[in-house]
Formats: sequence, structure tokens, C-alpha cells
Amino acid sequence: MMKENLSPAQIEAKKRARNLLMRRIISHSYLWLLIVLLYAPILLIIIFSFSRSKVLGNWTGFTFDLYQNLFTGYDRVAQVQVNPDMYASLWYTFLIAIIAASIATLLGTLAAIGIYNMRQRSRKAIQLLNSVPMINPDILTGISLFLLFVFLGISRGLTTVIIAHVVFCTPYVVLSVMPRLTKMNPNIYEAALDLGATPFQALRKVMMPELWPGMLSGFILSITLSIDDFGVTFFTKGSSGINTLSTYIYADASRGGLTPELRPLFSLIFLTILVLLIIINWRAARQAKKMTK
Amino acid sequence: MKKLHFLFGSRRTWAWPYVLFLVLFVVLPLLLIFVYAFTTPSGEFTIKNFVQFFETSEAVNTFIYSIAIALLTTVVCLLLGYPAAYIMASAEMKTPAVMAMLFILPMWINFLLRTLATVELFNIFGLPLGEGALIYGMCYDFLPFMIYPIYNTLQKMDRSLIEAAHDLGANKKQVFFKVILPLSKPGIYSGIIMVFMPTVSTFAISELLTHNKITLFGSLIQRAFGEGGLQMWNYGAALSLIMLIIIGLTSFFGNQDEQEAQSVI
Repeated sequence: MMKENLSPAQIEAKKRARNLLMRRIISHSYLWLLIVLLYAPILLIIIFSFSRSKVLGNWTGFTFDLYQNLFTGYDRVAQVQVNPDMYASLWYTFLIAIIAASIATLLGTLAAIGIYNMRQRSRKAIQLLNSVPMINPDILTGISLFLLFVFLGISRGLTTVIIAHVVFCTPYVVLSVMPRLTKMNPNIYEAALDLGATPFQALRKVMMPELWPGMLSGFILSITLSIDDFGVTFFTKGSSGINTLSTYIYADASRGGLTPELRPLFSLIFLTILVLLIIINWRAARQAKKMTK
Repeated sequence: MKKLHFLFGSRRTWAWPYVLFLVLFVVLPLLLIFVYAFTTPSGEFTIKNFVQFFETSEAVNTFIYSIAIALLTTVVCLLLGYPAAYIMASAEMKTPAVMAMLFILPMWINFLLRTLATVELFNIFGLPLGEGALIYGMCYDFLPFMIYPIYNTLQKMDRSLIEAAHDLGANKKQVFFKVILPLSKPGIYSGIIMVFMPTVSTFAISELLTHNKITLFGSLIQRAFGEGGLQMWNYGAALSLIMLIIIGLTSFFGNQDEQEAQSVI
């Protein structure tokens, strides 16, 4: 009865609202479907971090054993040591990432300042060169460096892996510092020099505070790229026995079995990143709220 | 001392260490690929390495097959990723930053481990590990690389252009194909490059996903260096050079199109 009282315009509006709702439901379910697919393997790893089973997908009962093994380094039930190579690879992963990212940040920031002050033509040339390691797939970066180290007679090991990681990290530092430079007043560095600062003081006290956010995001990006790398490390580590988590997992999988303790390890890494991101987002949201007030 | 001051005073010189680094660790290594590709193990000039490639039908087939797989993966990622990016960037989305974060978060788990877990998922559901698993796994690994750049360009897009098109009488379809799609071209190009490049050159993912049943071009290169011994390095370098050419062509055309797309705006 009510319906008959509605004007055609109102019916039209109602229809439109219903269409909009339908569209929202469909589009949101699409996104959530992708997210479910994206997270399914990760969920599998987390679930099976609570089971002793040798392989994923074969549930043998709930237990915290793997977590205990991970932290003690010893499997009490099977009475065997957890593969010490796994811990070594974990250590090397972070060591390489931090050293390579630090060198890349230093080198990249100086380079960005230099490139910014160059003439148009040489600037273009170096920027092109800078983009080569970004475009190059890891297998080509790895093989080309492998050939270089063989050619120069340098034995491959920790140093060569770090150099290789600096190669593919630095371009991203240059790219993240560059926009800060364009925003900066170009005269303040000269002003500092005129007022008697040494170039180093001017860099540290005047430029660094301005460039800091770009350097930080370049550093974090470098850490991420370095930790995630497989191909470049694979070709530059040689037979020195050094492994990062990536190459360790690859070697482990090629042998047919995967160290079960990797499951709790990556579950914890995932949880840490998740909590960190939530905190960062929450703080950013709170700050945004404060700003609007 | 004065000379030293001159050196540091001009900030142009600050890039020199990096330029030197690039020459030593980027230019020289790539030149070495050329050198090795055109020489014999004893160092004489030869084109035998390339002849060997073109005469081995298995190698040529692997090469063509890898490009086809990479193209297919890129197309699937684009078809799946564009709508996702579009929805995320649309005004209806209340928390786009959280969604973008959700798509990037999985990348923090080592990709080899995620790939292995995908293999187990296929096993649990009783699905065969073959071509289908390979394409699914590669799309799974690289979909975020497609979504993110497209989402970025869509988000930065000037919304008033869409309103203007509506006001000028364009219907929804026209607005999408004549305004939104052309404006999101730069994002699409970088997405395509970011998916195509790693898929055409991968070796670990394909080995894990198919239990070594399917060999891609990347694995061919890796084996030449890994198992082949010294004798195979020159052949491996020739294969690397062929891949380098593919990568160079892709990025060159990508760049060209991107510049074109930017000049449209």
C-alpha cells in the first residue's frame, strides 16, 4: 500500500540505492575473494606451525612443539637437533640486509645529491644507468656479477653477496631521496657554507634533516628487497656455505623435505610485521585526526 | 687543500663514488655476459654458443614456451588486478590504505615458502601440479605487483575529469573507456613490466610448482651455470644475452608507451 504512494522519482531513487548496494557487495566480495586466495597459503603455514607433521596438509594433532624446537634448537621428542644451518641462514639474512641497506643508503643519498646538482645531460645518463639494476631480473644481475667475480678472481662469499645486494638496493635509495631534494630549498646548503660551515657540517646539519624521510624509506625498502632476494644471492654466494633464508629454503626443498621449524619461524615473522603495520597505521590515523581537530 | 675543498665544494662530485660503483658492478658485468657469450672456454671468438641454442630444438621450444607462459601470466594478472585496483581506488572504498596494505603484507613471507605452501594447497585439494599450477602460482606471486601501480595511478587521477565527462553527457561505459582507462595507462604499463620481467626470467618458482616437470628458460640458464661446469658457462652467457635482449626490448617499448601515455595527459 505504501508503495503506491511513492512518486516515480522516489521509486527511481530507491532502485538506484539498491543498485549501488548490490554493486558494493559484488565489488567488495571480489576483493575479499582475492585476499582469501592470497592468504590461503600463509594460513596453511600458520595452522601447520601447530602440528609436528613432516609435510604441510597432514595434520597430526595440535602442539606447540615446533615453537619450542625453534627456540631451544633441539627437538626433544625426536631427540635430534634442529638444523643449525637454518639459524645460520636467519642470521645471515639479517646481517646481509642491514649491512647492504646501510651502504646503499649512504651511497645512494650522496649519489642523489650529486646527480641533482648535475647538468641535464649527465644527469639523464646516470639516471638511465641507475635504472638498469632495477629493470634487470635477479637472474641476470646474479649471473653477470657471478661472471665478474670469476673474471676478477674474487672468491665468492659474504662480501660478494653484500656487494650484489648493494647493487640492486642503491637505485631505490636514489629514487626515494630524489623527490626530497626537489622539494628542498637549494640555497640553504650554500647559505650554510657562506656562514662558515664545512661541507660535512652543512650536509649533516642542514641537508640531512630535510632528506631524512627519503633516506629512511630507501633504507626500509632496501631491507625488504634484500631479505626477499633469492636469485642474486644464489649466484653470488658461491660454495662458501653461506645461505640466506631464501637459498636455504630452496636447497631444502630441492632435497625434498622442508625443515618443519620454518613454519613457526615465518608465522612469527608474519605476526611481527602485521603488528608493526597495525601500529604504524593506527598512529598515522591518530595523527591525521589530531590535524583535523 | 684548496683542491680538496674544490672537490667537496661542488656537490656534483658526490655522485662519483656511485658512478664508479655502477661502472664496476653493473656495466662491466653486463659486458662480461657479451664477452662470454661470444667466446669459447679458451677465450677465442665464436658464435658457436648461439648456433648451439638455435640447433637445440628443446632449448628454442623452452624459450618460446617461457615467453608464452609469461605473457599469459601477465594477461591474467592484468584481468584480475585491474578491477581490484579500480575498486580500491573508487570513492566507495572507505579504507583503501588498509586494503592496499592487505595486498602487500603477504610479500613479507618468503616467496619460496609461499610457493611451497601453494603446492601443498594443490596437493590437499587433489589438483595436479602442471601448467595450471604454474600459472596459478606465478599469478599468485606477482598479482600485487600489478595491483599496486594501477591503484596508484587511479588514486592520483584528477576526479574532476570524470565528473566533467559525465556532465558533458558521457555514459558510464564511455567514461571508463575514454577517460579512466587511458589515464591509467602509465600504471598498466608499469604493472605489465613488473609482472612480465620476473615471470619470463624465473627459475625457482617453476621448479617448485611443477616438481621440475616443466622447465622454463630461467632454469635452462641456471643449469648451464650450475650443473654444466666450466664448459657450459659460455653457452649460459649466450642464453643470458638472449634474455637480456628480451628484457631490453620490453623495457624499451614499455618506456616508449609510457612516455606516450604521459604526453596524452
